[in-house]
Amino acid sequence: MRKGRIVKVSGPLVVAEGMSGSKMYDVVRVSDKKLLGEIIELKGDLASIQVYEETGGIGPEEPVYSTDEPLSVELGPGLVEPIYDGIQRPLDLIKDLVGDYITRGVSLPALSRKKKWKFMPEKKKGDRVTGGDILGEVQETSLVVHKIMVPPDIEGTIEEIKKGDFTIEDVICRVKSDDGLHKLTMMQRWPVRIPRPYKGKLPPHIPLTTGQRVIDTFFPIGKGGTACCPGPFGSGKTVIQHQLAKWADAEIIVYIGCGERGNEMTDVLLEFPELKDPKSGEPLMKRTVLIANTSNMPVAAREASVYTGITIAEYFRDMGYSVAVMADSTSRWAEAMREISGRLEEMPGEEGYPAYLGARVAEFYERAGRVTCLGSDHREGTLSVIGAVSPPGGDLSDPVVQATLRVVKVFWSLEDKLAARRHFPAISWLNSYSLYTADLRDYLKKEVGEDFINLQRDAMRLLEEEAELEEIVRLVGLDALSPSDRLVLEVAKSIREDFLHQNAYHEIDTYTSLKKQYNLLKLILHFYYCSKESLQKGASITDIEKLKVREKIARAKYIIEKDADRITDLEREVEKETKAVKNA
Amino acid sequence: MQREYRTISRISGPLMLVEGVEGVKFEELVEVELPNKERRSGKVLEIDRDKALVQIFEGTAGIDIPTSKVKFLGKGIEFPLSLDILGRVFDGLGRPKDGGPRIIPEVKRDVNGAPINPYARNYPNEFIQTGISAIDGLNPLVRGQKLPIFSGSGLPHNHISAQIARQARVLGKEEEFAVVFGAMGITFEESEFFIKDFTNTGAIERACLFINLADDPAIERIATPRVVFTAAEYLAFEKGMHVLVLLTDMTNYCEALREVAAARKEIPGRRGYPGYLYTDLASIYERAGRIKGRKGSITLIPILTMPEDDKTHPIPDLTGYITEGQVILSRTLHRKKVSPPIDVLPSLSRLKDKGIGVNKTREDHADIYNQLYAAYARGKEAQELAVILGEAALSEMEKLYYNFAEIFENKYVSQGEYENRSVEETLDLGWKLLTMFPTSELKRIREEFLAKYYDKFKGETL
Ligand SMILES: Nc1ncnc2c1ncn2[C@@H]1O[C@H](COP(=O)(O)OP(=O)(O)OP(=O)(O)O)[C@@H](O)[C@H]1O
Ligand SMILES: [Mg+2]
Repeated sequence: MRKGRIVKVSGPLVVAEGMSGSKMYDVVRVSDKKLLGEIIELKGDLASIQVYEETGGIGPEEPVYSTDEPLSVELGPGLVEPIYDGIQRPLDLIKDLVGDYITRGVSLPALSRKKKWKFMPEKKKGDRVTGGDILGEVQETSLVVHKIMVPPDIEGTIEEIKKGDFTIEDVICRVKSDDGLHKLTMMQRWPVRIPRPYKGKLPPHIPLTTGQRVIDTFFPIGKGGTACCPGPFGSGKTVIQHQLAKWADAEIIVYIGCGERGNEMTDVLLEFPELKDPKSGEPLMKRTVLIANTSNMPVAAREASVYTGITIAEYFRDMGYSVAVMADSTSRWAEAMREISGRLEEMPGEEGYPAYLGARVAEFYERAGRVTCLGSDHREGTLSVIGAVSPPGGDLSDPVVQATLRVVKVFWSLEDKLAARRHFPAISWLNSYSLYTADLRDYLKKEVGEDFINLQRDAMRLLEEEAELEEIVRLVGLDALSPSDRLVLEVAKSIREDFLHQNAYHEIDTYTSLKKQYNLLKLILHFYYCSKESLQKGASITDIEKLKVREKIARAKYIIEKDADRITDLEREVEKETKAVKNA
Repeated sequence: MQREYRTISRISGPLMLVEGVEGVKFEELVEVELPNKERRSGKVLEIDRDKALVQIFEGTAGIDIPTSKVKFLGKGIEFPLSLDILGRVFDGLGRPKDGGPRIIPEVKRDVNGAPINPYARNYPNEFIQTGISAIDGLNPLVRGQKLPIFSGSGLPHNHISAQIARQARVLGKEEEFAVVFGAMGITFEESEFFIKDFTNTGAIERACLFINLADDPAIERIATPRVVFTAAEYLAFEKGMHVLVLLTDMTNYCEALREVAAARKEIPGRRGYPGYLYTDLASIYERAGRIKGRKGSITLIPILTMPEDDKTHPIPDLTGYITEGQVILSRTLHRKKVSPPIDVLPSLSRLKDKGIGVNKTREDHADIYNQLYAAYARGKEAQELAVILGEAALSEMEKLYYNFAEIFENKYVSQGEYENRSVEETLDLGWKLLTMFPTSELKRIREEFLAKYYDKFKGETL
């Protein structure tokens, strides 16, 4: 093993000499404490190393050992359910080994070497296979069937394939190719900074339904799409990410807690095993991969955490699954980049961020997509990425927000003003957008309702009108408005309070199916159309405002999914009551 | 190996460069002996071959280049711990300041601590009754939470935090508690106020105080919260106590950090604060919490004064990004003699939902605060509208909300420094206020609770 010597220590950055022969992004072990680090700059025989653990007590003259391998993750059965740090060290096992505080130099494999998995082959001896082909399956959890794939760069004929219980290091298949014999196990390694290959990319065409009304109805994200939610502190980014992790109809969730609070990860760890997947009734934890590099954990590992997470997500996408990644928060990742860049004394760009910030952000989101996977069966997989962004003071001109908005297709703008009024999710209906609406239109029309798109459009128009009318009210008061304008205000308010507002902590309100969303919106707009008709016939707006059915509309969101048709029944009551209003 | 040098080559601001050193480690503790034999302490900020950059906690005044001696102590900064730290007063670096004996340590701990493994954490969910309605009713505090007070100069943040320290209890439990108090750059009077309050209530016996006053060395403040948490972790997680940590004023801490960053000529972030301020603050605040299988807990209330009352200033901003909510004080309410002047709308406790409800406070708690918030927000809007158009322009309903907001501030938020309300009283008060409205306006309250409570409180006088 080659050995260099430390010459400088400055926070998470260590410079070592005698490192010629090393490659960029190679992993090294720093000092005899064996701290894990990664080479991020080479100059002559000097290597700059970002160290993934605290560097207190480290100094010049201490050794640095090369491993000649890039930072990689282990991919195979066992990924779902445990909790990893930013460089895929298993935090649950680390606790068992060293106690409640994370100490340095702990080295444990990400995947258990002892556990045996039942491997059921799908291919047989003599079959020709290429990279990405599925050799067989392992039932990893009650929700996840782990497909064992041929690694991307291997092609050949199966000489032997086994069936039965194996560890991830046991050889389960031998493939003979032109360049020799490959012994395949159930585990692959993949360098985190290199995207895993696929055959081709396709545009998203199915929504990733989230059960969050403002998202699914107004600003949907497609499966394989990208979205971001920037907002000041306390505006609800994490709650949205948690809600999506809970309710999004993806087969695998990768949740990356990147430089945020420890308690938020504990929350996931304690809550997810208790929550049931709406479809299968199995605990949500059974489809969740957790990466936690909290704000007090080493900053360089935080930089790596988003890559670790997305590489694991790509691996599940390659199996043909729909995968969703939540990264909370990408700003902390960017700040980690900034800190390391500053210590390298690189020329800073905006706000001290490195000039390559935009490129890194774009590369990260570009790893999302709906793809045709490697392998001969042309299966499709999707990887959706949803990133939280935490701009200073909530200021959207922040370089990380700007770099993100340049690449993502959905923008959920979280506003302090809404959060202060406890309008949650505090997603601004006027400033947010989704560029997937056109791609998803056909699906929504077919699966939800022919008129869903029209309802959505009418509702949005009312909300926009409300904003204009409010300006007028502020200037001249409510009395100056015509009855039909007052109706617009009333209905817009109902859309806001009875539809957009959604309490994540209410046992029923927390999730709304697309069908129920459609019913609710239709009910509110039905009230609008009927009242408008009555108004035209001369009915009094004050009496319309006081109709009894309005309270029922307000409470309709608390009707359980099973009874979603009761919402439609309310439409009859709307008709009856609005017709009965006397003339002014 | 030589560990003592007279090779200082440069002194600037709080920093000093020592050359020709050998075997020096990052973050190592340093002792400097001045020509007059006075000793100062410092820590290694960066080591580049044989050059060590050292930050001096007590400032560099009086240090000279030719004769000052620098000694590297081969360890980080440590704080000696034993139960004898209770009832004692230390300086900002953890040295006894009360004339009492040195602490004979049971253990010594590096003040930087280590990150709690997120897997080892236990979720904070035990309601702490502070006796203050604006907190208990609307922004409940739970054990192990970090909830800062965002204040402004001249506002009564000290009185509020002292009131919390005085009144805080977990319902139905008598357990060992302790207060660890860290003062950074506050005035002598402010510090005396706390000491007197702790003394009056007897809490001083169970308190451990770290005091760095406005005229004490500024750089020392960088160590203070770390020493505070070293003491708190020991009391909480080794001795099983429920520890309340008060840190005041974090703004002074951040300024000390900025001074060092400027002296190092680092590329400044927003308003001159270093780009790593978030990470630095997180390494302090995240030491609060609970740990599975351990009895104690650390609840943290950091206090900071917002420069220009601006919540988007980097110090409150980055704090808010780390803590689990914030209590914000309002100058307007203070002028209106609302005491405590808690600005309810932008205040927030993020851990409230797991700390309240059946068996914790009361079943209707969540619905009440949701409704009170919504109503107060609307009342505030009505007030704004009335300023522009006059009260007469408000509709009947808006007038109701307008009045509600007034009464809410005066009866619910305002209670005075010595009134200790039970959470029941606070919840009942919420109902009494809400029955000003017809039930059709109370959309955030479940029908079952309306049925159960509405008529009971309708018409009750406040
Ligand atoms: N959909 C929701 N329903 C109910 N409450 C919500 C909702 N969204 C947010 N909240 C409230 O807002 C609080 C703050 O939300 P959250 O923690 O997600 O903010 P954040 O944007 O992630 O802040 P930070 O940047 O500091 O992490 C929550 O604790 C909760 O009280
Ligand atoms: Mg958050």
